[in-house]
Amino acid sequence: MQNIISRKTICLFFLMITAFSFAKEEKHEGEGDIKTEIKEYINHHLLDTHDFSLTSYTTDAGEHKYVGFPLPVILWDNGLKVFSSSKFHHGESVAEVNGDYYTLFHNKVYKTDAAGTIDLDEHHHPTNVKPIDFSITKNVFTIFLVGLLMFVMFSRMAKRYKTSSIPKGMGRFLEPIILYIRDDIAVPNIGEKKYKRYMPYLLTVFFFIWIINLLGLTPLGVNVTNNIAVTLALALITYFLTTFTANKNYWGHIFWMPGVPTPMKIILAPIELLGTIIKPFSLMIRLYANITAGHIVLMSIIGLMFIFKNWLGSSLSFGLAFALSLLELLVAALQAYIFTMLSALYFGSAVEEHHDDH
Amino acid sequence: MEKLINEFSIGLFFWQLVLFIGLVLLLRKFAWKPILDAVEKREDGIQDALDSAEKAKLEMTNLQADNEKLLKEARAEREAMLKEARDIKNKTIEDAKGEAQEQANKIIEQAQAAIESEKKSAMAELKNHVAGLSLEIAEKVVRTELSNKDKQLALVETMLAEKTSK
Repeated sequence: MQNIISRKTICLFFLMITAFSFAKEEKHEGEGDIKTEIKEYINHHLLDTHDFSLTSYTTDAGEHKYVGFPLPVILWDNGLKVFSSSKFHHGESVAEVNGDYYTLFHNKVYKTDAAGTIDLDEHHHPTNVKPIDFSITKNVFTIFLVGLLMFVMFSRMAKRYKTSSIPKGMGRFLEPIILYIRDDIAVPNIGEKKYKRYMPYLLTVFFFIWIINLLGLTPLGVNVTNNIAVTLALALITYFLTTFTANKNYWGHIFWMPGVPTPMKIILAPIELLGTIIKPFSLMIRLYANITAGHIVLMSIIGLMFIFKNWLGSSLSFGLAFALSLLELLVAALQAYIFTMLSALYFGSAVEEHHDDH
Repeated sequence: MEKLINEFSIGLFFWQLVLFIGLVLLLRKFAWKPILDAVEKREDGIQDALDSAEKAKLEMTNLQADNEKLLKEARAEREAMLKEARDIKNKTIEDAKGEAQEQANKIIEQAQAAIESEKKSAMAELKNHVAGLSLEIAEKVVRTELSNKDKQLALVETMLAEKTSK
């Protein structure tokens, strides 16, 4: 009992730190209209950046200081261009590489001239040339870090099994989750015979999404799963795995639905075909939207603390932010579960054996 | 939607795809396969242990039933042996009794026979003796009679009285 209480206290403590660290960052952003500032901060937080900045503050002399480290920028613009993001000085200056000039505009790299001019069209979009950006951004760096963490964690866990078949240390916590994914997600949806082929993907995707979602709730301020590019990549893997491992029965159900009259078969085929694309598409949007919405709402409520500026409103929003943080912890695991569950469901439909009951 | 497309970063997509597929492949080789294999092996081990325990239990029950049967048989055998022994004992006693009776009868018979023969010989002796005495008496009587008739008579009388009272 004591143990549980102390664990809860620790969780609480970390959550508070999370809330405070968001808060602290906002507090130091100069003066001006606080509402627009919060809005901008949230938007900025949701975007990917080219350096890993933990926080920034303004010194008494009015100088902007950043705490963090630069990351490599990799561009494809008539040849590979690699340079450190410190050259951008957080978007404040133009980077010159082999006679070409690049600048940051809304966290995106544009080709520019020595003065760093950005031409905007009537929709306020830049018309400058956009080189293909393969930079190791904050998100890429985080993905790599999470991958490394997972590899170390699970390969160490695997090694433990060589000496004893009883899980020890981290394995005690992780093994039930692995078994849950196997026994309650993979086996019932895919089937006893074929589930093994999909286990590596299902396990990896579950832990990857979960860990990276949890990381998004830490004060590090990384948000990976609220990037549509990330969720698209994950959904695409699910789609390709489904498509390339599908059996005759699956395609039969798409192009020539058994048990319905021929005209219906012709109508159903394009609908079913569209369905195969909509399924992973929904995976992509669901994960993206849930995490983005969670972050926006949480940060808005934290922002409210600074808008109210009185003890009642601020403490209320603090309580609300705290409750929401707890909810987000749940959402982090839930979204990982849903993604894994639905992927397993799609794999299951792809390898389902023929039944005569319809 | 436009914002989404605008936000889409091909670089992030590329890296996510590469890193994630790499991660899946690496973890499959170094983590998932060994972990799942170990877990499966352990589960099989547990199942085997349970099965063998069940089997042992069944064997135990069989053994117990066998024991019970053996015990029953042994008990019956003991019972039979006891009964036999009792029978033998009874028969022996009976035989002994019969034999003893016979022996006794024989002894009695012999004794009776002996008594009879003794009696006969005693009678014969008595007869001889009486005959002798009679002769003696007759002799004396004859002598006395020869001397004194009265005296001889008295003598005969006393002598007879004497002899019969003897």
